[in-house]
Amino acid sequence: MGGIPHDHYVPKSRAEKWLDSRLPIVGLLYGTLMIPTPKNLNWMWIWGIVLTFTLAMQIATGVVLVMHYTPQVDMAFASVEHIMRNVNGGYMIRYFHMNGASLFFVAVYAHMFRGLYYGSYKAPREVTWIIGMLIFLMMMGTGFLGYVLPWGQMSFHGTAVITGLFGAIPFIGESIQTWLLGAGAVGQPALNRFFSLHYLLPFVIAGLVIVHIWAFHTTGNNNPTGVEVRRGSKEEAEKDTLPFWPYFVIKDLFALAVILTVFVAVVGFMPNFLGHPDNYIEANPLATPPHIVPEWYFLPFYAILRAFDNTVWVVIFAEWISFGIIDAKFFGVLAMFGSIAVMAVVPWLDTSSVRSGRYRPMFKWWFGILCVDFIVLMWAGAMPAEGIYPTIALIGASYWFAYFLVILPLLGVIEKPMTPPATIEDDFNAHYGPQAASETSAATPAE
Amino acid sequence: MFRRLTLSAAIAFGMTTGAAYAAAETYIEDFEFSFEGPFGSYDTNQLQRGLQIYTEVCSACHGLKFVAFRNLSDEGGPSLPEDQMRAYAEFYEIFDEALFDGEGDFRPAAPADYFPESNLSNAPDLSLMAKARAGFSGPYGTGINQFFKGMGGPEYIASLMTGYAEEPQCALDMETPMDGFYNMAFSAGGYPDECKYEDGSHKYPGSWIAMAPPLYDDAIEFNDGHPADAESMAQDVAAFLMWTAEPKMNARKQAGLTGVIFLTVLSVLLYLTNKRLWAPHKNASKRKD
Repeated sequence: MGGIPHDHYVPKSRAEKWLDSRLPIVGLLYGTLMIPTPKNLNWMWIWGIVLTFTLAMQIATGVVLVMHYTPQVDMAFASVEHIMRNVNGGYMIRYFHMNGASLFFVAVYAHMFRGLYYGSYKAPREVTWIIGMLIFLMMMGTGFLGYVLPWGQMSFHGTAVITGLFGAIPFIGESIQTWLLGAGAVGQPALNRFFSLHYLLPFVIAGLVIVHIWAFHTTGNNNPTGVEVRRGSKEEAEKDTLPFWPYFVIKDLFALAVILTVFVAVVGFMPNFLGHPDNYIEANPLATPPHIVPEWYFLPFYAILRAFDNTVWVVIFAEWISFGIIDAKFFGVLAMFGSIAVMAVVPWLDTSSVRSGRYRPMFKWWFGILCVDFIVLMWAGAMPAEGIYPTIALIGASYWFAYFLVILPLLGVIEKPMTPPATIEDDFNAHYGPQAASETSAATPAE
Repeated sequence: MFRRLTLSAAIAFGMTTGAAYAAAETYIEDFEFSFEGPFGSYDTNQLQRGLQIYTEVCSACHGLKFVAFRNLSDEGGPSLPEDQMRAYAEFYEIFDEALFDGEGDFRPAAPADYFPESNLSNAPDLSLMAKARAGFSGPYGTGINQFFKGMGGPEYIASLMTGYAEEPQCALDMETPMDGFYNMAFSAGGYPDECKYEDGSHKYPGSWIAMAPPLYDDAIEFNDGHPADAESMAQDVAAFLMWTAEPKMNARKQAGLTGVIFLTVLSVLLYLTNKRLWAPHKNASKRKD
């Protein structure tokens, strides 16, 4: 792994040398596990491990669920009930998988907002950020596809609504929708292909995760100060960093254990709290639920989708200027995908010379509002689109775009940032005090 | 005895300020069930009474297609002794396609068979009703009632059973009376415009349901001599339907508790390991924060 100077794996025995000259896999694993990591990382740097674990858990439980699930419109719902009632431990496997999706999104949102606050997206980590956004998109796709499989009322009508979004694209939308569903409406072809893709995408995500890790192992981790690790010499780098194993592995495992305690409590004591009860009613094309609500993790974006109805002046203007091609429905779809796109291009929207939000007095406030905005949008997305709620969603959506497109570019110009510490070592010592010289050498793990 | 509360915040809001929206407004009572909370479990006697109510009342119209007769003997369920369960199954006639040289014939149900489905289009299957009707995430969509008060499908079912009330005057004044029965807990039925405020919000909770009031005081005689007033029967059958919807709940909570205890111990051990591991790098005596 490039970047920060550190020790490399040196094969010693004949067998090691034999393998290393043919496949340097031990060296690769050594380099990955022993990567120098900024020693001032705080507790927001634990979500990566949580996400990796969750991906593995979802794949493991998913593979078992597939052994008992039947992707057929008349049997899918019953086969899920079969898992819940007759398969040994099936109720736990399914509830782990079902709530695992929620854990996944809790962790990914924490991970993303961590990146947004500490400027992890800024040069030279743009590629890491972009790949992360691709993973996020894939996760949303996988989550949606998986929600279809139990073939409950929300599965069915949610699919109709979400694929209908593609139908809103002018001219070619209807063809795209038919192509996605494999038919004119949600039915057997859709269930079969969604099942296939739900099984495929997690492995694509796993591949992207490897690239994601590769990318930030090349640039090195960001850290709460946003100050880069000194790379002049190995001695200098070692003052700023500690190897990932054992220091961060143990720290991350502790955090993972705490988070899993909460997770297992949710699975054991209230596994349906985050789900929608209507999905325990078998899909019925003839009865549409009064309020079609996506899973909680889609709600902020769902709120943005619904915020732009045809009473909003930008929508009216867009419709007028495009001669009616961009109607309110298509505008909503554009806004929803746009709300993710602005996040993806944030490395080029943030003009500040200082990376970490910790040293940006004005940014802190705007970022805090963004977090609140996200929660408000989530709530507005769950409420029916009537009364005061569309207005709340519109204000929330407007702030979301304003933050990325106006506030971030402007802040870099008008804000006077504080001076970050010169080195990571300074920051660490400011918290924990300088260590005696003898300890430094003693604490270096066996290499 | 029961904390009475109005579930949908919409109704409280609607009545005091006349908010300009009409959500599904219902009145659900917060009953206490033995299976609420992380340590709650099913009450076997209550499930057996509920099974009796289901058999003598509900099963006339409704089905229970995801429940097998053998499940009645499962631990954590009604726990019928095996001979009683077999005898119970034989009350039901099942159409078996394999009989009579492939032409099919009726035979008494065996333990491996499932309860029959309903033949009536407007009598939904009850297997999962307690989970399918758990949808009050109030107030204001925050899920607080569900989290702190254990509100859920069983509350809905019991409230529906006891929610039949005199039709409000506005409905009685109509020229053509409403079809069905006024029920304060039912949201999916018809509701007359005469009983709405000008902004469209409802003056009274609930709506009109096709099902006649199914439970009356002393309609059933329980073997264990338990009182058979309509309200306690409503709770018994609601508990039974919670079991049919979530038959593995006792085992699930136990597994959850084991997991939480194990992970708590693991967390403590990892915390101590982590602290010790980092100690040489953190000079605790000079720590500022």
